[in-house]
Amino acid sequence: MTAPLTASHATPAAGRETAIRLDGVSKMYGQGAAGLLALDGVSLDVAPGEFVCLLGASGCGKSTLLSLVAGLDRPTAGRIDAETGRVAMMFQEPALFPWLTVSANVEMALRARKGGEGSGKPARAERRARAAEFLEIVHLGAFGAKRPHELSGGMRQRVALARALAQDADVLLMDEPFGALDAMTRDLLHDELERIWRERNLSVLFVTHNVREAVRLGDRVVLLSSRPGRVVQDFPVELERPRRTDSAEVAGQAAAITDRLRQEVLRHGR
Amino acid sequence: MAVDTPAPQTGDRAGGDSALRDQGGALRDGAGQADIHARQIAGLDALELGTRRRTGLAVRVWAGLWPVASAVAIVLAAWQAVVLAGWWPEYVFAGPGTTLAELGRRLGEAEFYQAVAVTMRRAVVGFALAIATGLVVGALVSRIRPLRRAVGSLITGLQTMPSIAWFPLAILLFGLTESAITFVVVLGAAPSVANGLIAGVDYTPPLLLRAGHMLGLRRLSLYRHVILPASLPSFLAGLKQGWAFAWRSLMAGELLVIIANRPSLGEQLHFARELADSAGLLATMIVILVVGIGVDLLFGAADTALRRRWGLHQVTT
Repeated sequence: MTAPLTASHATPAAGRETAIRLDGVSKMYGQGAAGLLALDGVSLDVAPGEFVCLLGASGCGKSTLLSLVAGLDRPTAGRIDAETGRVAMMFQEPALFPWLTVSANVEMALRARKGGEGSGKPARAERRARAAEFLEIVHLGAFGAKRPHELSGGMRQRVALARALAQDADVLLMDEPFGALDAMTRDLLHDELERIWRERNLSVLFVTHNVREAVRLGDRVVLLSSRPGRVVQDFPVELERPRRTDSAEVAGQAAAITDRLRQEVLRHGR
Repeated sequence: MAVDTPAPQTGDRAGGDSALRDQGGALRDGAGQADIHARQIAGLDALELGTRRRTGLAVRVWAGLWPVASAVAIVLAAWQAVVLAGWWPEYVFAGPGTTLAELGRRLGEAEFYQAVAVTMRRAVVGFALAIATGLVVGALVSRIRPLRRAVGSLITGLQTMPSIAWFPLAILLFGLTESAITFVVVLGAAPSVANGLIAGVDYTPPLLLRAGHMLGLRRLSLYRHVILPASLPSFLAGLKQGWAFAWRSLMAGELLVIIANRPSLGEQLHFARELADSAGLLATMIVILVVGIGVDLLFGAADTALRRRWGLHQVTT
């Protein structure tokens, strides 16, 4: 099947070939014999506008990898290039500030934004208007005055998405953002995320342990081994978009990846 | 699952990419599949939010009032029973009737209000200074690691020190003055305030710190926008405890440090004992108790309001 490439793929961001580049990245927790090698020489490129899913069993260092790319932690060895673009991150939990309204949570991203070319820090009224726009994108325009706890889990994740978008990032890191949601909500959010990714020409690095989710969303699925985390295989997903999680094509490709994942897990059973 | 998933939205996506990038407006106008999708989301949202019922004001007031009223009635009955048992003569241990009558009489006198005003002014000034001190100390200790090791446990130690033990020193240093009282009130309350702030900073959820970091908040702005708000509940608990300590220290101080021509609740207590005025003594004690509880209730209300805003509070009934 030859999928028609989207406009976002056809026009790479000016002057950059990769949005994220990891080159031989290792991460060691602790020292010497007692230390834990979480990542071992991981090299990975994400092209501008590309959607890459990182897949692996528990303990493969998926989240560690995201933390490194996000700059929340430093690698023990290797190089990470992601500074060229602004990086936003979504966690498994919405991680909204409970003392702020939904709108103010999004406004915080605008307020905290490092002044890029000509963007500066918008004034208060403007921030509010901009936040309303971002909430509108995730269909939550009517909920700006609510507090996070008044919303459902799926709605909170959408607020978190709106907040991440408000950072005006080119790169979106997602750490199992829909793991805690029910299947129906997750399906809808997949559609939403796909739409927003295309509209805004984002580069996405999406961590999950759900193989079908990875195939549903990714241009590529990168399988990591566990303890230590290494890149085992890189599966291109060339199914036409939009895909459906319950379609036969997605299930078929997911089965192949699951088999490879099983082999990886079996290595640890001995 | 019997819900229709929208058919492929190719029309919107492949063709109108540039139009869609003009976010907001274009999306709302985008009819057809995108609209169905949005409505599906709206439907799910509406289902998940549900409805919350709020009970009427009268019902809530009554629900809050009757346990308190019953408790007061039980205390009064027990008190009367002890008086009736006749273990002490009436002039040593007055009954509730005599005491409440004496309290009513005092409520009609200007001198009573002067005493309450003096005491409350001391309480407010002392507590305000304690908050300021606690804030500064708490902020420094929570930020600077060596300082934490040096004085962290000292603060908790100070908290366990009975405030009355400070008075001999305070009187030596300041004489029988307002300063001596304020000194001890501050020493009594500030450690609780500082500890509340320190605990709040320590228990800021790491996830929120990471989220703040990802938004680009650093150092001072991270402190201002994430750490301080996150520590508010704990700080409020510290304030509440600090108030209890301040009020105790103040009463101890007013009993020990009696300043001429400056009537106060503690002083009234002192003279009621000297004059063997049992009813007056008990009446003053009731006033002290009521003020203490009243301020505590204010903190309780603030705490409840905060919890409700943050969703930490499960709304019952």
